[in-house]
Amino acid sequence: MDWYPLINSVRIAAISCVIVFFTGIFAAYYAARLPRVLKGFLDVLLTLPLVLPPTVCGYFLLMLFGLRRPFGMFLAQYGIKFVMTWYGGILAAVLTAFPLMYRTARGAFESFDETLAYAGQTLGLSDTFIFWRIRMPACRQGILAGAVLAFARALGEYGATSMLIGYTPGKTATISTTVYQLWRTNNDALAFKWVMVNVAISALVLTTVNMLEKQDRKAAAK
Amino acid sequence: MSLTVDIKKRLGNFCLDVSFNINSGVSGLLGASGSGKSVTLMCIAGILKPDSGKIILNGRALYDSERNIDLTPQRRRVGYLFQNYALFPDMTARQNILCGLHKEKDKSKKERSLSEIIEIMQLRGIENNRPKQLSGGQQQRVALARILVGDPELLILDEPFSALDSHLRSQLQVEIQKLLKRFGKNTLLVTHSRDEAYQLCSEIALLDAGKIVIRKETKQLFADPESRQAAYLTGCKNVIDAKKAGEYEVDVPDWGLRFTASRPVCDDLCAIGVRAHYFNPKAIQNRFSVRLTDEIEGQFEYIVQFRYKDQIDDSQDIWWLMPKEKRMEQFRGELGVSPANIMLLYG
Repeated sequence: MDWYPLINSVRIAAISCVIVFFTGIFAAYYAARLPRVLKGFLDVLLTLPLVLPPTVCGYFLLMLFGLRRPFGMFLAQYGIKFVMTWYGGILAAVLTAFPLMYRTARGAFESFDETLAYAGQTLGLSDTFIFWRIRMPACRQGILAGAVLAFARALGEYGATSMLIGYTPGKTATISTTVYQLWRTNNDALAFKWVMVNVAISALVLTTVNMLEKQDRKAAAK
Repeated sequence: MSLTVDIKKRLGNFCLDVSFNINSGVSGLLGASGSGKSVTLMCIAGILKPDSGKIILNGRALYDSERNIDLTPQRRRVGYLFQNYALFPDMTARQNILCGLHKEKDKSKKERSLSEIIEIMQLRGIENNRPKQLSGGQQQRVALARILVGDPELLILDEPFSALDSHLRSQLQVEIQKLLKRFGKNTLLVTHSRDEAYQLCSEIALLDAGKIVIRKETKQLFADPESRQAAYLTGCKNVIDAKKAGEYEVDVPDWGLRFTASRPVCDDLCAIGVRAHYFNPKAIQNRFSVRLTDEIEGQFEYIVQFRYKDQIDDSQDIWWLMPKEKRMEQFRGELGVSPANIMLLYG
């Protein structure tokens, strides 16, 4: 069995999870500080990929990064091609997983007691310190949940990925595109193996999260 | 020390327009909820930005719209004790206090200040607990310690006792009073409780609907609140329309009576106030027949409502609080008020 799809899927999911983690948190943090109208507009825009069919997201990505499009051509001059490359998968995964991180982080930030930040400011603590040492720990449950959801979504991404990077064995194949390809070519037995691999990874991720949460509760109770 | 505040701030329909200065000691800002106390404090601390005006602390402009000065909260050196204490939940008491010492780079000095304040605030033994594991009183001491180690120029206490059980409240008031004396910090105490204000503050500014009604030395304020609003805010239950009738006399049409005051009455008098405690069955002056309409027995006093004999029908019953030891034996159907206890109200 060729393990390339597993490696590719995990690296795409891991890298996009890191990207989405930071961009989602900062978008959530700054969006909350915008004037109401702008905030509403931005909110719709940033959440859109969650409700759009992934193929539509893929379509937009191709419109932007397609090799005959101006921006895609511009990037290609520097040897950066998101079409039919494994790292194009990161783009697809980031776009579809971002709203999950953004929404959950925003929810967590909204329930944060703002007086804690004010208290920090009057004590002379820097805003960076307040963000990383007071706000983030207080919101860690929601943010952790968001990161896990984003990782899971990135791992399972199919629609946008298949449109942007297609399926090339040993190059752009991910678990989900491989499952489809194997099933299409009547290789049910192998498809089933990959399905089990996917189930195993998802179960592992969820168990890890549950354990982290349990530890967290224990630490808080101490 | 001196703090001068003269700011305007509009928040939706609410308009804050306050101007006051306080000098040394503990000053109070007394007002009902929604009167703009918290907004004023947040403007002083730099959490909210006023629309215009200035805030000067010890000659240093914290905010001045004309000179375009608006210091960040970090640079104002204003210690702010929040109503819920705002302890950082993921840090121990010790780590919380260290947050107030973050500017001190010298490690040994830092340790010394830390253990000093832990001693003073009686936090020894609980310094490694998280806020959740501390009682309300302990949380308050940690929050105060965290502020005081940073040596702020002004200390703001926002309703410091409202989050506590009533039996703890008086005990902590005494503790805080001692601490304030010990540290000699100039303090602005904000409260909606007249008792707290009376007990802790040397001077009080009354705030109502975003405006300062009056600012006075505490005892003088309670003895002579000058206006209806101030009379209500200092807890006077009986305020009634009145007119000047003579040099020391006032007519109260609703009660059908004429009262004598101890001070000369000015022409623009519009009302008088009589505190519920000041009616006295033994007083000789301002003594009239009354009819009791209601009586509730409290723990230490009777809460009585009564009407004067010729009181007009649509006017309200009058409140009388009678300490229990003075029980009814002394009451013979008449109540008097000493002229010194007739508060003359203008406006």
